[in-house]
Amino acid sequence: MLTLENVSVSYGAIEALTDINLEVGAGEVVTLIGANGAGKTTTLRTITSLLNPRIGRVMFEGKQISGIPAHKLVPMGIAMSPEGRGVFANLTVRENLEMGAYIRSDKKGIAADMERGFRMFPRLKERESQKAGTLSGGEQQMVAMARSLMSRPRLLLLDEPSLGLAPLVVHTIFEAIDEIRAEGTTILLVEQNANAALHHSDRAYVLESGRIVMQGDSRELANDPRVKEAYLGE
Amino acid sequence: MDTFVQQLINGLTIGSIYALIALGYTMVYGILRLINFAHGDIYMVGAYAGFILATSLGFASDPSAFGFVVTLVGAMAIAAAIGMAIERFAYRPVRKFSKMTTLITAIGMSLLIEYLFVFFFSGTPRSFPQLLPNDNITLFGNATISTSQILIFVVSILLMVLLQYIIYKTKIGKAMRAVSFNINSAKLMGINTDFVIAFTFALGSALAAAGGVLTAQYNPKIEPLMGIITGLKAFVAAVLGGIGNIPGAVLGGLLIGAAETLVVGYGSYIGIPSTYRDAVAFAILILVLLLRPAGLLGSNVQEKV
Repeated sequence: MLTLENVSVSYGAIEALTDINLEVGAGEVVTLIGANGAGKTTTLRTITSLLNPRIGRVMFEGKQISGIPAHKLVPMGIAMSPEGRGVFANLTVRENLEMGAYIRSDKKGIAADMERGFRMFPRLKERESQKAGTLSGGEQQMVAMARSLMSRPRLLLLDEPSLGLAPLVVHTIFEAIDEIRAEGTTILLVEQNANAALHHSDRAYVLESGRIVMQGDSRELANDPRVKEAYLGE
Repeated sequence: MDTFVQQLINGLTIGSIYALIALGYTMVYGILRLINFAHGDIYMVGAYAGFILATSLGFASDPSAFGFVVTLVGAMAIAAAIGMAIERFAYRPVRKFSKMTTLITAIGMSLLIEYLFVFFFSGTPRSFPQLLPNDNITLFGNATISTSQILIFVVSILLMVLLQYIIYKTKIGKAMRAVSFNINSAKLMGINTDFVIAFTFALGSALAAAGGVLTAQYNPKIEPLMGIITGLKAFVAAVLGGIGNIPGAVLGGLLIGAAETLVVGYGSYIGIPSTYRDAVAFAILILVLLLRPAGLLGSNVQEKV
């Protein structure tokens, strides 16, 4: 479904990603784990065309998407829940979800999907008319995820959904990820929380200093001594 | 008392005009963090567009409410198109460079518009035709209000209500607020941010043009450099209210207008001659920057990296 072919990305003279080859198949949950600054967010920004690869290309369902303006990817079926504070703090929770459905005009379908989002995160229903900026970090993350589902994406990109959240909230977020996957949405999950990410995914890539250093079945990687030492703190 | 009421009415009249222009400054700043220095000139362009429409369509010789509405709406549409063109061809190509580059481009754009108009229409002031009858209505004592002042209040309020509706109730308005908060997140929603930015310029330019036509009904002398000082005062109004803040722009405009005419009316008692009226706005600017840089209604503006 999504393929990165020999992708290298630079910020000026600094190379942030080197020769990334990554694949996400339809229906899969693939996770990209790595330390701070390894290039995880850069990878997502490249997939969503917020950055352009210096070398290589990004393919989605057989079409090259690198170079296509970011906003045109949403109608193609890609949505992203950006890192932590990517919600529109000056808009209400409901307006945030409306923005998620920006490309759609079927009012009934939008209303139904909004209810679905509220069922997934009942806390948001209570906060519906509140400005998103007044919400807790966990609630903002819920807004970002619910919002990204409003365009009915086939591929969902999640950027560090558990970053800085309390363990109980992290649990809620990963339950939601399982639910989204059960509905048939393909997910690329970028996480620092390698333990949770490996337990909620099919396959994984390990990113270090802009290079993919390991890849494979999530369960196998979770038992790999090198992964255990570097990312699982064992 | 008569004098006070009179000066207040006059002040709120020009304040409404400042407010209309300040809205454009504040919206563009909110969305691009750019001070669009050419915005004051759009006010002038609006007045000229209205002048050309009114004279070429024959409204000048046959004043009517219909003629006024056509002139107003036509001038707003022309200015909106010009505002969008300026954004498209001058600002968009340099947006990816530093903010200083865009700022200098804006100053250059302002000078270009001013002197293109001097070139094509000469620097000689023109007299804008009176499109609606202008009568003075005595309120009490010596205080009067003219029908053109009432017109300015009514049209300004209508436009501000309409703007409020667009920004808070429509899809494009919500997208404008989303883009102003985080342009990259907005792109990830599928929002065509270039279109939203162009729309913001169109909206701001239309409001400034309305200000130009309305002013010309109150004070019919128009000339190509009329946007400089009025534009600067409107900019100060936007800063006073809190740049990026929409109600702030309206409040700032009305306060600057009132302060200016009160200095004309009462300044001489405290040793400020009425010829200092244009200095008032800038004295206020200095005070705001010293005491409350975020403006009256602005929160602490956080610069985005």
